[in-house]
Amino acid sequence: SSHEHKLNFKKSKEVCLSYIQDAMLQKQWKRAAEFLTFYIESLEKDFSTQYVGPSEMIWRIGTEILCHHSHSSVKEFNSFTEQMKTLGVKRYLKVCLEHAFHLLCNGLIDEAYQNLSLAESWRFGEQTAIQDKEMKLIQAYRGLLDYYSWSKQKAILLEHGQDGFEDLSVEQEMHSCFRKAAVNLKEIIKIPGVWDLFVKCYVDLLEFYGDHNEACQVLNEYAYNSKFPANPNAHVYLYQFLKRHGESKKSLISALKILHDIVPSHELMIDFNTMLQKSKKRKKRRLGLEVIFAALDYAGWKENVKAWSCLARQVKQIVISEKHLDWIKQEWNSRKDWWPAFHFSRYLAKRNWQENESLSYEKAVVAGILLGKDCKYFKYVSHQGCKAQVKRFRTLKKFVNKHNPVYLRISG
Amino acid sequence: RDFNERCAQCSEVNWGLTDGGRFYCRSCHNVTERTREVVNADFISNTRIQTISKGLRKQEKTDGGCEWYVCEGFQLVLKKQAEALETLGVCPQMKDEILCNFWRRYLQKSKQAYCNRPAGETVKALSVCDSSTDVDSEPERPSLLHLSLSESEGDLQTDCSFASSTSRVSESTSVCSGSVDGSLYLMKNQREKLRMTMPMTLSFCYMALLWLREPMTLSDLLRFVVEGHIPYLNVFQHFPEKMKLCGLDLKIFCVESWPVYEEVYNKMLELAAFLDLPRFPDITDSCFLHPDMLCMKYLMEANLPDELHNWTCRVVKKICIGEADFLTLVPGNKSTRNVKYDVLAAAVIVVVLKLLFLLDDRYEWLLSDFAEESNKNNKEGGPYFEFKKWYKVIKCSLDVEQKKLDEERAKYLWRCEKPLFYSAKKKSKVLKRRQMVVNLQNQFGKLSGSVQPAEKPKPSSFQLSWSEENTDGSCFHGHSLKGILQEKCGLLTAMNPAYWLCTVKLCTEKLCGHLAHYREVDFPQSYHFVLRLFSFLLRIQPSYIHDEVCVIEHKLFNKKLCKKSKYNTGLRK
Repeated sequence: SSHEHKLNFKKSKEVCLSYIQDAMLQKQWKRAAEFLTFYIESLEKDFSTQYVGPSEMIWRIGTEILCHHSHSSVKEFNSFTEQMKTLGVKRYLKVCLEHAFHLLCNGLIDEAYQNLSLAESWRFGEQTAIQDKEMKLIQAYRGLLDYYSWSKQKAILLEHGQDGFEDLSVEQEMHSCFRKAAVNLKEIIKIPGVWDLFVKCYVDLLEFYGDHNEACQVLNEYAYNSKFPANPNAHVYLYQFLKRHGESKKSLISALKILHDIVPSHELMIDFNTMLQKSKKRKKRRLGLEVIFAALDYAGWKENVKAWSCLARQVKQIVISEKHLDWIKQEWNSRKDWWPAFHFSRYLAKRNWQENESLSYEKAVVAGILLGKDCKYFKYVSHQGCKAQVKRFRTLKKFVNKHNPVYLRISG
Repeated sequence: RDFNERCAQCSEVNWGLTDGGRFYCRSCHNVTERTREVVNADFISNTRIQTISKGLRKQEKTDGGCEWYVCEGFQLVLKKQAEALETLGVCPQMKDEILCNFWRRYLQKSKQAYCNRPAGETVKALSVCDSSTDVDSEPERPSLLHLSLSESEGDLQTDCSFASSTSRVSESTSVCSGSVDGSLYLMKNQREKLRMTMPMTLSFCYMALLWLREPMTLSDLLRFVVEGHIPYLNVFQHFPEKMKLCGLDLKIFCVESWPVYEEVYNKMLELAAFLDLPRFPDITDSCFLHPDMLCMKYLMEANLPDELHNWTCRVVKKICIGEADFLTLVPGNKSTRNVKYDVLAAAVIVVVLKLLFLLDDRYEWLLSDFAEESNKNNKEGGPYFEFKKWYKVIKCSLDVEQKKLDEERAKYLWRCEKPLFYSAKKKSKVLKRRQMVVNLQNQFGKLSGSVQPAEKPKPSSFQLSWSEENTDGSCFHGHSLKGILQEKCGLLTAMNPAYWLCTVKLCTEKLCGHLAHYREVDFPQSYHFVLRLFSFLLRIQPSYIHDEVCVIEHKLFNKKLCKKSKYNTGLRK
């Protein structure tokens, strides 16, 4: 409770704002709206010294209330946002952009498109230059919507094509959408940033029209230009593109290399390891081992049979060839303290065996080699496997017994 | 004032007003039969307009406005306030006689009208009058028409009634202010002449109320202002269409904060001295403002037993604050401490509560427990007052009311429909803004759920009321203090033998502006609660009441304090 009996305009609006914020935090939208009505008159005295002035406050709070209030409608939202656009010219494009987002979220794509087009044509002296970033975004999103139209046209064409119809107008429409989209998408991805969606769409367009060079260049830029923030997806897109176009293993591998550095737990690590294992180059095979071990460090991979089978295969192969045991030793060195509890506990042995026999098999291979035949995991699983008379477990048991000394060399 | 005949007895011209509104000579106290004529303070018939030299005041400006002076604006404000007070029940004499006479006297004293040379304006050739206009001439004998009593300043011009401002000022009118002298008004050299401000209008009102000894305290007045019963915020919307406000006028007439008690009160004192007013009509024990009366009112409002009134009267008598000489305002007299009647009464009650209940966060609850026991056993007769019960009831109500008040503060609307613009250029922008504000208010108003029509609560002197008809026992007026009193030598005294002083030594007001410094953490919670209660009722900081409590205690325990300071013993808590 306040013991203050003084009050002035500024203070009373501050207090009002705190009531609005409380109501919003408690999701009491009616109450928030009520107090907002009393706050609104602060527009008539804009304190430009404050970090966030009343007009921005009202825009953001009003938007929030209208989004959540049960009696609010899109029409109300539109009318409100239009008024907000006139409030602050410095914020005009930002409000337009957010308006478009809101419309898109509500599935009103045509309205969003109209809004963006309108905003694109806005000019206001030096403000146009100052709000350049927002303008680029507006153009980019419009380009995105053009892409969306384009893909709709494409779908229609394909359908008609199947039915034997030819549709010139649709085709022309489609091409014009392409042109519009391409121009804007190209522009935005020049600016360092994260533009995943835009890049994907743009590449899709280029591929359709057969401009593979341009597409490749775009993807390379996006992935390797140091000005752009490190983005795993960039590498994924590039990899997928190269794969689609049947590029050499060498280029595929180099595409995934940085992805491994940034996101060792990425799902493509399996593909990566598979390619690397098969390589003739020693370095690549070495890297492959590193990659698969690194992936399995992550909890999300604990039960991934494919990953374990990759590791199992590679480790087995090394043991049989008796070459490069030091590789295993190096990888195991930093893991021997925690992998046993993490992957090869007795509890996990029981669970894996019950839930997924293949998983337990692959893991048993690895456990047997890394931890020897006396380790809990191997013992339990192989015993269970032999009891169940599954052939491969018998083979495995023999294998591990034969190569047990190897374990001693690795663990030492 | 304007009455300037010579006294029949002593031939002096030194008049004052009696209570009855008759003139009396201050030199020889001869009362005349002449009474004040009722003056219509209406803007249109303002005599000043008529006496302004012809041709210097344009009748109509291009935008339909006319020339107007800042003090005319204030005159309108005062008129509106007086009318509102009349609606609240104040006698019409306040508006028709007292207030407007104070105002005219003020205008005279500050040389804005009714005198020979209005202040602040460099005078060019003054046309109208026939006397000589030599600037350096000796002050001439004031004419019969325009006498400012006891004026003795030099360079009095001869009777040109009201010189208009120079062309220099009138040129800048359209840029700087809608009023003719807005920019001049805000210039610093006006300070000596007690420049008029919006808060000062309330000082005028209070002064008039005090003169008439109306049953309205300053805290009541200010509360009515905040509640919107008295025009103050946005009062300019009542100005006639022709009086355009813009530019610097906004600084003068636009209010953006609630009036502050101290400010209004101190200005009132300054004003009374400035106007050379005589001793105000005596505050006697039949007046509302007398501590005995106010204590009764506050005791009722605070839901305390009527029996406490005996005690407040005893305290009042003991420290002689019920004397007319103590209570009555004598302007300009710096030796007497000026009395804030409402704060004084509240403080007296606090002291009485301390005397009877100690309020050290222990004793009052003990007493309450005893009373509770007695009440269980004693079913006949009136119940004994239980501090605990009272505390619960009051706390509950107080919290509810405080919460309402806090929400009202958040919901307070400062702007009105009549928009203000600083300059003509900004007009369209301002109007557009206003339109948008109204639209948005409508839009979100609809989303507010149940639309409560913003009804102004009817003005009432009592903010809290308690009825003995309530069967839930929440009214304590009739409760008895028997449980906490004992008889000694035929006198009823408190069972509580102890007392703790709020402060051992009073501060020097001149140094830090206060007599004491109140910090909630330094004092018992019960004491703080009681302060909080009266702080809410009077809408002032608890520290003001605390100051007054300290003063009363020092008067009450004066002898003991003198002794104590001699022997330097500690305080007993």
